[in-house]
Amino acid sequence: MKLAVLVNEGPYTHQASDSAYQFTKAALEKGHEIFRVFFYHDGVNNGTRFTVPPQDDRNLQVLWSELAAKYNLDLTVCIAAAQRRGILDEGEMKRHGKDGNNIAPGFRISGLGQLIEAGIKSERLVTFGD
Amino acid sequence: MSEDMDDDVAKKFLYVNRKAPYGTIYALESLEVVLIGAAFEQDVSLAFLDDGVYQLIDGQKTTGIGMKNFSPTYKALGDYEVTKLYVEKESLEERGLTVDDLMDIVYEDEDDDWEEKPSIRLVSRAEMAEIMADQDVVLSF
Repeated sequence: MKLAVLVNEGPYTHQASDSAYQFTKAALEKGHEIFRVFFYHDGVNNGTRFTVPPQDDRNLQVLWSELAAKYNLDLTVCIAAAQRRGILDEGEMKRHGKDGNNIAPGFRISGLGQLIEAGIKSERLVTFGD
Repeated sequence: MSEDMDDDVAKKFLYVNRKAPYGTIYALESLEVVLIGAAFEQDVSLAFLDDGVYQLIDGQKTTGIGMKNFSPTYKALGDYEVTKLYVEKESLEERGLTVDDLMDIVYEDEDDDWEEKPSIRLVSRAEMAEIMADQDVVLSF
């Protein structure tokens, strides 16, 4: 089945990101296609490479990045939500005159149209969040 | 649905709004999805239930909390051809509200000589369940 995943909460505060990761990984291992994982609201905070969780805990950003590399997964962060919360790639950094960027490997920043397109092109859109 | 489904056929999108407008960002960012989504010419409906009914309250003033009052945007939804705003009757009643407490939101019906018609449609909880079951994509905020 062709699936899309929407992640609406950041890592650690909510289980949503863990659940979305486990679901996405399981679906891929079962041979399903993940059209896109879209990160919205505080979900954009999954896409910063600046998180440093304790070493005996899971690192959700790294898990997502590794999954993206293994399966050529499309991890899209909403640009409007990202700008509010300080998630920047190099292009956004230059455009807004900021002194750094923090987007994690495998993640890209794009518009909300990518979420609507995921809803249109996928057979199911699965939402994780409150 | 098959793998090679026809992308030209509009899907039924329902945006479910369940939270009050200013305590969290969900209502505002839901509205941002609705506005962007309107460009994709899908069959769009909005649902308001639980504390989400507060999003449509008339006379919102936010100067005291230093936040932008985005409620006028709901009145502009008709211009984006978003004309179906389902409000759950039980959610209003549980909060001591009636439809008279809500903003007057209208759209111009192009199939009826551009007559102004109300966008807000009061539905029961049972009817809301049927509306949800009838959708292709449900986005809950």
